Amino acid sequence: MFGDYSLSDLGSIFVMQGFAGLILFSVFVLMALGLAIIFGQMGVINMAHGEFMILGAYVTYLTATFFQNHLPGLFDAYFFVAMVLAFLAAGALGMAVEWLLIRHLYRRPLDTLLATWGLSLILQQAYRSSFGAREVGVDLPGWMIGSLQATETIEIQINGLFIMALTVLITIAVGLMMFRSRWGQQVRAVVQNRVMAGAVGIDTGRVDRLTFGIGCGIAGIAGSAFTMIGSTGPTSGQLYIVNTFLIVVFGGAQSLLGTIASAFTISQTQSTLEFFTSGSMASVITLLGVVGILMLRPQGLFTLKIRR
Amino acid sequence: MSGEKDSRPRAEGPDSSLRRRLLMGMAALPAMAAAPRLAAAAGPATAAVNTTGLAITDSEVTVGILHSVTGTMAISETGSIQAEKLAIEQINAMGGVLGRRIKVIQEDGGSDWPTFAEKAKKLLVNDKCAAVFGCWTSASRKAVLPVFEQYNGMLYYPTFYEGLEQSKNVIYTGQEATQQILAGLNWINKERGSKSFFLIGSDYIWPRTSNKIARKHIEAVLKGRVVGEEYFPLGHTQFNSVINKIKLSKPDVIFADVVGGSNVAFYKQLKAAGVDLSRQALMTISVTEDEIDGIGGENIAGAFACMKYFQSLQNENNTRFVEAFHRMWGPKTVIGDVTQAAYLGPWLWKLTAEKAESFDVDKIAAASAGIEFKGAPEGYVRIHPNHHLWSKTRVGRARTDGQFDVIYETAELMEPDPFPKGYQ
Amino acid sequence: MMQNDNPFLTRLDWLSLALLAALLLVAFPLGLDTFRLNLVGKYLTYAFVALGLVICWGYGGILSLGQGLFFGLGGYCMAMFLKLEASTVENTKIQSTPGIPDFMDWNQITALPWFWQPFHSLALTLLLVVAVPVAFALLVGAAMFKRRVSGVYFAIITQAIAAIMTILIVGQQGYTGGINGITDLRTLAGWDIRTDGAKLLLYFVNAALLIGCILVAQSVRRSKLGRILVAMRDKEDRVRFSGYAVASFKIFAFCLAAGFSAIGGAMFTLQVGFMSPSFVGITPSIEMVIYAAVGGRTSLFGAVYGTLLVNGAKTAFSESFPELWLFGLGALFIAVVLAFPDGLAGLVRNRLLPWAGRMLARGGKPAPVRPGMVTK
Repeated sequence: MFGDYSLSDLGSIFVMQGFAGLILFSVFVLMALGLAIIFGQMGVINMAHGEFMILGAYVTYLTATFFQNHLPGLFDAYFFVAMVLAFLAAGALGMAVEWLLIRHLYRRPLDTLLATWGLSLILQQAYRSSFGAREVGVDLPGWMIGSLQATETIEIQINGLFIMALTVLITIAVGLMMFRSRWGQQVRAVVQNRVMAGAVGIDTGRVDRLTFGIGCGIAGIAGSAFTMIGSTGPTSGQLYIVNTFLIVVFGGAQSLLGTIASAFTISQTQSTLEFFTSGSMASVITLLGVVGILMLRPQGLFTLKIRR
Repeated sequence: MSGEKDSRPRAEGPDSSLRRRLLMGMAALPAMAAAPRLAAAAGPATAAVNTTGLAITDSEVTVGILHSVTGTMAISETGSIQAEKLAIEQINAMGGVLGRRIKVIQEDGGSDWPTFAEKAKKLLVNDKCAAVFGCWTSASRKAVLPVFEQYNGMLYYPTFYEGLEQSKNVIYTGQEATQQILAGLNWINKERGSKSFFLIGSDYIWPRTSNKIARKHIEAVLKGRVVGEEYFPLGHTQFNSVINKIKLSKPDVIFADVVGGSNVAFYKQLKAAGVDLSRQALMTISVTEDEIDGIGGENIAGAFACMKYFQSLQNENNTRFVEAFHRMWGPKTVIGDVTQAAYLGPWLWKLTAEKAESFDVDKIAAASAGIEFKGAPEGYVRIHPNHHLWSKTRVGRARTDGQFDVIYETAELMEPDPFPKGYQ
Repeated sequence: MMQNDNPFLTRLDWLSLALLAALLLVAFPLGLDTFRLNLVGKYLTYAFVALGLVICWGYGGILSLGQGLFFGLGGYCMAMFLKLEASTVENTKIQSTPGIPDFMDWNQITALPWFWQPFHSLALTLLLVVAVPVAFALLVGAAMFKRRVSGVYFAIITQAIAAIMTILIVGQQGYTGGINGITDLRTLAGWDIRTDGAKLLLYFVNAALLIGCILVAQSVRRSKLGRILVAMRDKEDRVRFSGYAVASFKIFAFCLAAGFSAIGGAMFTLQVGFMSPSFVGITPSIEMVIYAAVGGRTSLFGAVYGTLLVNGAKTAFSESFPELWLFGLGALFIAVVLAFPDGLAGLVRNRLLPWAGRMLARGGKPAPVRPGMVTK
């Protein structure tokens, strides 16, 4: 397939394809980070993760509409406001859900799966009732659309750069929170030994609620960012859920580093395969590969060594 | 049970002046002088028009609407429900069919094919509906088809689809694949000299069949070549790799039949990757005004769409239709190809019943061939003996406001050909 | 109830069995019209899956989110046979290759693929309906349980497998019928399955098979194997250290569940008249888990009632309030987890039976069920 192309053509395709892989990687990391915290750290199987993302997307949509109607002058900057609001909305809903639902189920992880699946159905119908069954289009500020002409043949997508920057920022923030802050210390203590953490005076209930809220909040930011590349509809969240879980499990559920490594592996495999084979086959081969490796190495790529 | 009162819009709440406004909008429909309410007395005797035990009284005839209100397909099917209810309201406001008001029983297919089959059976066996307007996806139609054939019901199916089917019990009011595709390809080949095509679609039967027909036409008739053909699972949202492939193969035309949420992702990413649709020609057969709502007009402006109806179509019928639709469902609602085709269903059924002077399904099926609907928003349609519609195919160019400029229409009606020779 | 010398069925079990049989074989056929009875028949095919889940999830503690896969495989095997029978040369003479299923012809396939060949024979088909899904379960189970994949990980991996299978079936439409599935099935060995009489007969076959499967499940439950399963669910390490091959027991439970699901799938195809990939995916698989949960995850009879209740509610709701149905279903998931972890069976065991016992005792008659008997 390369016979007809000049060397510079090939070079630029190579660069752009690498870039496409990096965008996919950022998207995967954004999807998975929130879940890595909730599932990896707390052991809660949150099947409504996709719906929390879509909440962020809808908040972005509402913010865009508000700015268009009331503050058209500031429209260029609305996206940043939207992301903060998305984080707060999804986080607040997450904390409410933790308090009403999840905290009763910490001893029964498989039951959290059923309960959050029920929650996801309710949220989907709530979106449908309030925003309609159709997808909504989110208008982006002009500067976020289009691409930079790096050379004559290499074009770099601006929203791709934006997502990558966002991913790096959030990853660093999460890393700092987990490993440098008091909250992170408490979370890790609770994960490693809940009873002992409680015994030394950590308010495990509060830590859980905050952790769940932050996980959901990050999902909200991810959803907000995805309005740039994907669709926003009542059931859009379902598109992400299988991939997201596989990424987290493949990385080794309790390791944030693992999540990032697994997002990288899966995204590069998928985007390379998509280029050389066809779209459907690429998805099947990637998923099969992941499942195959998980069967051989059920603990995932990275594991946390602790005594139970 | 969802009855007559459900055929009013939920969102707007009780609206006492709705009927009056509908009537006003309706009054001018051609060749159909309105005689509301009086006709009931003038209708033929029930025993004469209903010999097979359908749910028909002296004043009412029951029909079914079967679409998904819940689940993933609700996104697409909402427009069809709205159009069918509008048509039925209008027909009732004019005195109904054969002097009988139409009563609607609405069922939810729930985006689940056995549910469609189950509800179809309920509508036919329990409710004894004289006709059913419904289904959207091919899978749902395939699921209900044996039910309609077994219990001898009548289905009016609105979606453009892959063809390869023909039934006594179904009237296909959308276009089959060759009707939709060939004229568009001919046009772009003639108008822009396009020779090389990149085909991209969602991975299921309609895009695959459509692309197969497109490929045969491109290679055999247009003497062009297909430089790539790609399929993605339904719901796929990452298209950057294939966009690179498109850039690498530099086709004259991207021929796209991606559906659902993937559509939104595809066009947004295409735009972000710097593919300017005013320079790179893209022809889609799956994006109607409905889809653009989610994609965002600025992301797809410049693309060509090839189908039989656009909301912006300029003719008297359409002006009235769009007006009535907006009055009933709100001025922001957009109307796509399938919505219009769904609107045809109740009207075609009414015209057929009047020609057959009966509601009996056998008589309706037999009388269908040759039925003309001059009030169709798309202009004029006629039912072919194979139960598909003769219709014109048009090419529209997407504008930033989510509407299309209609830039071409076939001079003649296209003949429906569900089993096209040489394209299989 | 846990002693070894207990009979195969206790008096309570006999009562439940008689009640269920009376309901399925007498009350429903007499009380419902053909249309509703056919609906019930369809629901009962899901009950096979729920029954399997009771064994592998309720007793074995293995939650599989991919049971739709086995339901689908069984259904597809049956559908392939029926489709071949419907695609006679005579019926398909307008095709460019007569005698093969119509969707193959549309996809330019000119000869029947090898894996369709066995489905010319009814006997072989009936064998494969169960054998293919069980073999697949064996493969997946052996790979995972030998490496001690369990709990949440197993659930997520089975879910991913179901997702992969859906993409494969939809993508390989020339061989599988794609997203439309295998439709327009007509006869089973010359017998028209679309008539009302045939549907009635199939309903009874289905109900009888279901009761048969309940008895099989009961015998597993009453055997030593059943008790090891429970022990394993509660303290897996202790069972392992006692010298039992934990993995083999899990594989057995998983395969049994797969076999049940497959029978359900085949009966589904026969009664509904088609099979499509929408039963293989994630959503139906999770919904089937909720049937078992509503019934009470450790109750075999509960699985049947749970399936009937949820599906009945779904149909009733979506006929009258289609837009509210998802709220109802979602709330049901949450309620069953939070408030009624033992489901319907728990309600009956903990509330209804003691109450009935007291009422009967007050009436001066001997209580048929002593509260002491009513244990898990």
